[in-house]
Amino acid sequence: MNFDLNKKKLREVNNYLQNIDRKDNKRKFELSNPQGQHAICVGLKDEIDVTIKGHTGYYCAGMNQKANITVHGNVGTGVAENMMSGKVIIKGNASQSAGATGNGGTLIIEGDASSRCGISMKGINILVKGSVGHMSAFMAQKGNLIVFGDADSDLGDSIYEAKIFVKGKVKSLGADCVEKKMDEKNINELNKIFKELNISEDPKKFKRYGSARKLYHFKIDNLSSY
Amino acid sequence: MCGIVGIYLKTKKYEKKLGEFLSGMLDGMATRGPDSAGFAIYSKENKNIYKYSICLNQMSLNEFKIKISKLLKKIKLTNYSDHVVIETKDKPHKVIEILQNQLQSVSLVGYGKSISIFKQTGNPKDVVKKFKLSSFSGTHGIGHTRMATESAITTQGSHPYSTAEDECLVHNGSLSNHNNIRRFLIKDGQKFNSENDTEVAAGYISNQISKGKSLESTLKKSLKDLDGFYTFIAGTKNGFALLRDEIACKPAVVAETKDYVAVASEFQAMAHLPDVNSAKIFEPKPGVVYHW
Repeated sequence: MNFDLNKKKLREVNNYLQNIDRKDNKRKFELSNPQGQHAICVGLKDEIDVTIKGHTGYYCAGMNQKANITVHGNVGTGVAENMMSGKVIIKGNASQSAGATGNGGTLIIEGDASSRCGISMKGINILVKGSVGHMSAFMAQKGNLIVFGDADSDLGDSIYEAKIFVKGKVKSLGADCVEKKMDEKNINELNKIFKELNISEDPKKFKRYGSARKLYHFKIDNLSSY
Repeated sequence: MCGIVGIYLKTKKYEKKLGEFLSGMLDGMATRGPDSAGFAIYSKENKNIYKYSICLNQMSLNEFKIKISKLLKKIKLTNYSDHVVIETKDKPHKVIEILQNQLQSVSLVGYGKSISIFKQTGNPKDVVKKFKLSSFSGTHGIGHTRMATESAITTQGSHPYSTAEDECLVHNGSLSNHNNIRRFLIKDGQKFNSENDTEVAAGYISNQISKGKSLESTLKKSLKDLDGFYTFIAGTKNGFALLRDEIACKPAVVAETKDYVAVASEFQAMAHLPDVNSAKIFEPKPGVVYHW
């Protein structure tokens, strides 16, 4: 089923996709002419496949549950923010805060992601085939941020228990973020993720970063800083 | 919030359509700034002719025509909504003095050999129609849609700010140390017409350029001197420059084709441009000066 966003209002299209008749067999949808509109395909909650042909604005595929959404274009701020499950694939570049606060599911960005990718992520897997901008995985709590290219400055600032894997160069690490040993368990974890997504990539080429856990508790020595 | 836009034509192909493109871009950013809008259009300079863009404020067009004809000879006057553009060979120091001393109730919005500049309160969708922006041609242009935060909704509080010949600035964000910088600049001879933070940034750039600094090095230096968050587009008669502060919470996106470079706060402002879907689209990096 096709929707032309030049002809049909986004609110109607979103409303349709958010309330799929589960007895109906329609499971594949295509959206054309997104024209950079905001909040395209937010709040989908069924196992459907949606293809978006063109560039989207803010919060595309936000709060997604179960749906597979592919964007053939670039996406604006906060793609797949607070995603719960399902899969979102971006064929182009993503703007800032991609996958912000994501609880689950997979976000794949085939181009670059800009600043604060995976900010405050809570369990989502984010794979960026290009590079990520500064302050990525800021305050990230759970899940994996896997970067095939480089990471800009202050990676993983104030990070909790999320894991960061970077194949390329890291410009600088943020507060309390350190390089960690890439052990057998981590390699197996990455292998599993790659296998499930049909990605042929060698986990051993990645370095792992995570929390030094020094900001978790108040330290009396730091009192003078406050 | 606020929205900013800019378009620079790399070839002559779309020069007649510049106004139409910019009009659509401002229209697309009306959602980010419904309070006022403004734009600057740069076109080829005509030897010794200077263009003065003047907002009439409360004065009627007829009254202004009578008054100005007594003060300046051999002028060409074109009216656009509540603005007029005067073309004359008279040099800026003379015209500015006349306006300041004898026509205080109108305001000079900007001047130069290349720039025409207009701004007005109201929804950008209406403002562009009132000025008939889509009929303008030129080489490059920048624009702004304002959601007023730190000063009132007035024409004086609207962007772009022009603080020197053929220079202007639009800004999305806010500056926190503008009062301090304004004091330093006033001591250095810079003049300000509003309480607005962006006018200070525009004055800062003009001040540096008047000392022989390049636009690029000025913007790099501004990263240290201006405190706050911002995306700037600074226009000159040769093109424009783009800068985001180092935290980069204010958005910007660039689309480049073989014919033009377009900059906007959001992609939806450029969705109407020709070939934009096959353009090279990227997000400018924080703290990096881009110029075209």
